[in-house]
Formats: sequence, C-alpha cells, structure tokens
Amino acid sequence: MHDLPQQNAEIARRFPDLHPPFASQAAVIEANRCLNCFDAPCTAACPTHIDVPRFIKKIASGNLRGSALSILDANVLAASCSRVCPVQVLCEGACVMHRYNKQPIAIGRLQRYSMDAFHSSHGTLPRKSLEEHPQRIACLGAGPASLAAAAELRQRGYQVTVFDKRPQPGGLNTYGVAEYKLPLPDSLREIKLIEDLGVKFRFGVEIGRDIALEDIGQQFDYIFLGVGLGEMHKLDIPGGDHPAVIDALEFIANYKTGRTTGVQGDVVVIGAGNTAIDAANASTRLGAKRVTILYRRTQAHISAFDFEYEHAKDEGVAFHWLTQPVAVNSSNGKLTSIECTRMDIANDGTLHPVANSNFRVDCDIVIPAIGQSPLVEFLSKLSNVRIEKGRVLVDRATGQTSNPKYFAGGDCINGGREVVDAVADGKRAGIAIAKALEAAHA
Amino acid sequence: MPDMSRTTQPDLSINFAGIKSPNPFWLASAPPTNSGEQIMRAFDAGWGGAVWKTIGEPITNVSSRYSSIDWNGQRMMGFNNIELISDRPLEDNLREITEVKKRYPSNAVVVSLMVESRREAWHTIVQQAEDAGADGLELNFGCPHGMSERGMGSAVGQVPEYAEMITAWVKEKAKTPVIIKLTPNITDIRSVARAAKGGGADALSAINTINSITGIDLNTFIPAPNVGGKSSHGGYCGPAVKPIALNMVHQVMSDPEAALPISGIGGIGTWRDAVEFILLGAGTVQVCTAAMHYGYRIVEDMIDGLQTWMTEKHFAGIEAFRGLSIPKVTSWKHLDLNYKIVAHINEQKCIGCDLCYTACWDGAHQCIHLDRVSGPVNGHVELHKKPADIQNETRSSIAVTPIPKLDPPKSAQEPYPTPLARIPRVDETECVGCNLCSLVCPVEDCITMVEVKTGLHPESWDERTTTTLTGKN
Repeated sequence: MHDLPQQNAEIARRFPDLHPPFASQAAVIEANRCLNCFDAPCTAACPTHIDVPRFIKKIASGNLRGSALSILDANVLAASCSRVCPVQVLCEGACVMHRYNKQPIAIGRLQRYSMDAFHSSHGTLPRKSLEEHPQRIACLGAGPASLAAAAELRQRGYQVTVFDKRPQPGGLNTYGVAEYKLPLPDSLREIKLIEDLGVKFRFGVEIGRDIALEDIGQQFDYIFLGVGLGEMHKLDIPGGDHPAVIDALEFIANYKTGRTTGVQGDVVVIGAGNTAIDAANASTRLGAKRVTILYRRTQAHISAFDFEYEHAKDEGVAFHWLTQPVAVNSSNGKLTSIECTRMDIANDGTLHPVANSNFRVDCDIVIPAIGQSPLVEFLSKLSNVRIEKGRVLVDRATGQTSNPKYFAGGDCINGGREVVDAVADGKRAGIAIAKALEAAHA
Repeated sequence: MPDMSRTTQPDLSINFAGIKSPNPFWLASAPPTNSGEQIMRAFDAGWGGAVWKTIGEPITNVSSRYSSIDWNGQRMMGFNNIELISDRPLEDNLREITEVKKRYPSNAVVVSLMVESRREAWHTIVQQAEDAGADGLELNFGCPHGMSERGMGSAVGQVPEYAEMITAWVKEKAKTPVIIKLTPNITDIRSVARAAKGGGADALSAINTINSITGIDLNTFIPAPNVGGKSSHGGYCGPAVKPIALNMVHQVMSDPEAALPISGIGGIGTWRDAVEFILLGAGTVQVCTAAMHYGYRIVEDMIDGLQTWMTEKHFAGIEAFRGLSIPKVTSWKHLDLNYKIVAHINEQKCIGCDLCYTACWDGAHQCIHLDRVSGPVNGHVELHKKPADIQNETRSSIAVTPIPKLDPPKSAQEPYPTPLARIPRVDETECVGCNLCSLVCPVEDCITMVEVKTGLHPESWDERTTTTLTGKN
C-alpha cells in the first residue's frame, strides 16, 4: 500500500464532501463556542472517549499538532471517525448546548479539521513506549477493530501482523463507507500511519485457505479477531439470483474502487438500514433515473438514523413502506420489475401479507441491503472460543474471549455497529493484551 | 413596562464647562478627527462634538503604527497605537477648524493642543486655535509615545508641577474653556488632576491611552506593531480598558480637590458604556476605538439607546443622572461584613456543563458538588468525590453508539431537562458568596446569588476595629 490509489475523477465529481471542511477562521470561532464542560458529556458519549474539550481548545489556541495528538491518543482512526461517525447521536448529540436552545458544537467537523491539518503536515503516530518486545500478535481482518488493536500494541512495542483477504486494508472504512463521507484514499492515508508504526500487513490472505488457523496459533502469542461479518444476506425469492441483483456492500465497494462509475435506469433498494440508505444515495448520485427503497415495516421501525433517512429524502429517494418483495422479474436476461406484496402489522407486532395486494415496481437493478450474516463457519473452527447467535462472546472491558489467547472486537462481537465502536473495542483489547503480556513477563 | 407614552424626548444636550453640544457623544482626539472633512461627516452622522486631533508642530509618523488583540474570535478587544499628533501643516488644520465651525455652529469643536514646554509656544498655539474658532481647548498631557521623549505629552502629564505650570500659562491666554487630558500612566491620577485644578483648568478628560505592548509575533519575535523589525510601546485603548478608565474617572470625581467637569474616555462603544461614565460623573464622553472599528455610524445607536434608556428611567436630561453612582463606590473598610449571599442554581435552566463545579473546586472554595441524587438537597456534606475521581469513572465506562432498533431511547424524563447527576449542588453552609460560579455559568440567570439573612446588624471593618479599640459595643 505504498502508492495510495487516487480517487476516481468521475466518482469525486459525483460525491463531493457531504460536510465540507472548516476554513481556519471558522474553525477557531467554532472552537471558541465550546464551553469546555467538566467531565464533558460529549467525551462520555464517544465510544473511544476522545477528550473533546481538550482537542477543541487546542484548535482555539492554534495548537493544531497538540489537538490532533490528543485525538489520536484516544482514537487512532480519528480521521475516518470524524467523517463517518453518526455525531448526531454521539458527541454532538450529548452536547449541553442542546439545552441552551443552541446548535451543538460541530465536534465532528472540528475533529476533521484537526486531522486534516495533521495529515497535511505529514504527522506520524507517536509511540507509547520506545521499548521493543519480541511477543507477536496476529490481528485477523484489517478493519477498524483490528487496526485499532494493532496500533495500540505496536505503539507499545509489540510485533503485530494484520491479515486480510482483501487487497487493501480498512475493511468497511475502505470498501463500505459512502464516498461523500470518506473517500477511499483518505481511508488508506490514515492506515498508512499505522503501517509506518511498524505494523506488518499481509493482504490477500484468507485464513483457512492460504494459512491454517493452527499455524497462526503457533506463530503468535495472542490473536485478535476483528473479522467482522460475512456475506450480505441473499435475496431469497424467485429471480433473486439474477446478475442485476447486487448486494449493497458489493455495490458500494464497486463504485468506491472505480469499477462502477455510473448507474442507468431505475434502482430498487431493499431494506432501510444505514447501508441501504448509502446504497440508495449512491444510486442517485451515480445517475439512476429513479431510486426506491422498499421496506416491509414502517418508518418508525427503520434501523437507519433519522438524519440518514432525511438525507435520503433530500437526495430524492422514494420510500415504500409495508412492502415485501416476493419475486424479481426479468425478460431476455434483463431485469424488468420487482414483484411486491403489501404487509400489515398486527397488534402483536407480527407482519402479515395483505391478500391480493401484489404490485410491481419497475426496475433495472435491485440492491438488497438486508443485513450481513455472521461468519459462523469460520468462528466455529476457533477452539474454545464461545460463540452465541453468531457473535463471539467477550468480556466487554477487555475484549477477551473464553479462550484467553483470543481477543475480539468490532462487528464479530456486536453484530454490526459503527466504526467508532469497533475502534473502541480494538483499543480496549490492545490495552488488555499488552497488560497480559506485561504481567506474564514481569 | 416602563411608561413610553411621554411625547417629549429626553434632552441630550449638554453644557460642559461652558462648551455646548447637542449630545454628550464626542469623538476623541485621534485619527477620526484628523481633518475637517472627516469631522463634518461625523457631525452629519450625529456626533455632538469632536476633539480635533492634536495640533502643534507637525511630526513624521512611522508605519505600521496600530496593533490590536483579539479575544475568542472577536477582533480588536484591545487596540494600540504609536501614532503621534497631527502630521498635517498647522495652517491646514486651522483653516479647516474655521470651516467646520462655520458650517456646524451648534456642534462642539474642541482643539487638542501640544507644543514644547515654553510659555510663548503655548500662548501662540492657544491664540491660533481660538482665532480659528475653537469652542474649547484640550491640553494633551497624555500621549505616552514619541512626544513624551521630546518633553511633551505624558512627560508633562506625569509631573504635577509641570502640568500645573503649563495649565496656568494656557489660562493666562485662553478665552475658551481649558480641558486637561489626563494620562493613566501614573501611580495616582488624582495628583495631576489636582495640579490641573490648581493651575486653573476648567475641566478634565480621562483617560488617555495606557502604555502597552499588545503582543509578539511568535515566528519573528517582533512585537506589534512592527516598524521595520522593531517595535515600541504604544497606547492601549478599546473595550479592554473601560474598567480602568471607569475607576480613574471615579477616583477624580470623588476627590473634592480634583473634581472638575470631566469628559470620560476609555473603551466607550455603546450608549451603555456612556451611561456608566456619566453615572460616575462624566459630563461628556469621548469615543475613538469604536469609531475606528466600525465608523462614525455607531453614534446612531448611542443616541437612540441613551434616549430610550432615559425615557424608561424618567430622566429628562443628562444632569438628572450624572454622578448618581459616585457615592455607591466606597472604601473596602466601609463595606458591610455581615451581608451574606450564597449561590443558587436554577435546576430548570442548568444545562449541565458543570463549569461552576470545576471553577468552585479549583478556583474558589470547594462548595459546589456533583452528589445530587434526587431533587434539590442542600446541607453540609463532608465527603465528596474529587473531580478527578468523577472523570476517571466516566473514562473507564463503556459507551456504544445507540442504534435505533437495538437501543431504544430512554423514555423516562427526569424532573429537569438536564440529568440530575450533572446538576451541581451548592453547599450553602460552605458557600462564601464569591460570585465565581455565577460569573462562569454560560446560561443567563441560571446561577443567582441570593441574600441570606444573618440576623446581624450591618457592620463594617472600620466599625468593627473601632469598636474593638474603644472597647464599646
């Protein structure tokens, strides 16, 4: 990853920054609005507990390097988090300014301002200890959880190798986040800092195929599982295996890597989570004629954040509630429509199809965004690691699994949450592994 | 609602030591009064008077000559200059003074003067200014830079004997009122004020600018303003100096040996500032920095705001409220030791920033606590978690992003908009009533200081020590 890929020009044009960066004077004025709360609620609300007032006051005083280092001390993926975090429900949601009839402090944008300055000044991640230790830790998966664990351990002088089956690191940060939030090169730029710390990356390596799990177990003292989730759920209806039915994560990865630069015709997205919204918004920006989201329940039940839903409406996405797809129709190898049925919610919350309510929505592409399945098969191979409902069971404070040699974090333990949650998991696990190693060699 | 039905507007006109002006707002001797053209535009904008930028032997200025300090994104909280008196030919100034007076007979044109400390030189300049039509003269005994090194300006203003002597020389010749402008760069401003009065001055103006270095460029190490790689101390003014000016005006006006009609100067930018100076005895106010910042147009609100306030307070004229606050300032030894207030936090308004908590712990008397559990509880509690303990607990807690489907929002609302755990509690038995919490609280009227009846008679330190010494009760 020494030559960072450039953002595809067409994609850059179609996906300008959703929240443009602050100009420096505006950043200082915004920073000065921060009250500098004691035991600040924004810090408590952040899963990685970034000391928000501290880094903001450093922007106000012109100490930009100090500001960035304060942030990175708590969250090594601070640049991507500043762009992808749902700040409305995290730090900015907790801002006391809400109770003063005022706009919350623009914490996310200030953090981005600080991190942008850090990157443009070619800042490097500091070490937390200058000692070198021989112990080796493997991080499986190169997503946010693994990266955070790897950085934490490497900063303390441990030997870390990160394995990922993809050609680039970052997991969903690189391949699955909407481009107007986090362009792919910006995700990689940030990970380069972790590589520069001395973390080893092995790409294109699938555990169990290219290297046996047992071998990793023998070569490494500890193993961190940051494997995330598996494939997206398939659209299990007649016609659901048509080539123009493409799951949301693949669709997003395709345009982010420049493999898709335009979409023609009508698009139907199935599901109403944040990934569905991202895919729908991307479809409109990529040139779709009409984009429709089908959801079997109502707006009150969607798992997307309110602001994401509002954003999708602004982008021109139409929503069909209480709608269940039942078949994908095609003709001459080309998709023509999706067959749907109306749903009804009973008093007990169960869903029932309404008789004789079928209707069709014309479409050229169908994008299911109905969740990811856990990596059940892979996880079942881990010895003595307890799994429940497809999730690795851990001690929340340390990330340690029932097998003391294995730690885990991110989507594989929480079933799918935000980037910042994965970073927090990885950081806690990294600290816990380092403590365990210190204790063993004290 | 105050009675606003009165049809007659309050009268803003003033007679300041014999100088008449339609309102008390004068432009101070400074760049905004550098030429006749400027002053006429200022009068058109509504200014009641102007003190012409000091005339004397024309000088050469340097560049740059201004610098300022910003605060929290606000520009020019404090302003600094190393500009000298007028650099325009004396004849031009005198001709323009005549022109302005002819066209604006009812506005006050006071001419600021500074010449070398010779009796003849002063007699000449006084004659020239009065012949040109000046309504009054202001002697610049304050300029702290450049001129003082030539034995003028504050070199005179800092030595009471010189000030008295030159005032007397001017009074020998002057037919119009003579105002002495006082420098704050002195231990006790009253000493020069008394000297000026002794020399026969008709009035005073205070304060001139304060010696200052506004700041230093952290890359070049050159202080501002930068004149070819070097700097010099300048005169400080602007909003930052108002409290100093108010105190000095009060010092002079509460001293019978010094008190004369006084024109207040120092950080005046709004009608509110002006009212404060007048309440401490000023008969007019002079404005410079605010006019340099925003232009002459600021006088519109100054007039309008003053008029509205006077109407609300039923003051028919300026004299009706001038000086009302002078007796409300006294020596510390006369303050009531038995007057007690404590902080009260309005739980409905508290936004939970807890700045009062941290300020009280670190900056005051450790009597605000975060151990409120339910409802307002007040009373003495001996054991409290220290701020660091509270913070450490929070940092070691685990927070996750709330996902609408997975983490339904808490529906139970507490009795106050802010969670009780974040609403600080004042231990009234420990509160010393210092005000700090109410000063740092960002929410208006959230923390108020309420009086606690002690049941004791008012008693000052003066009275208490006198009682002790005489053994009487």
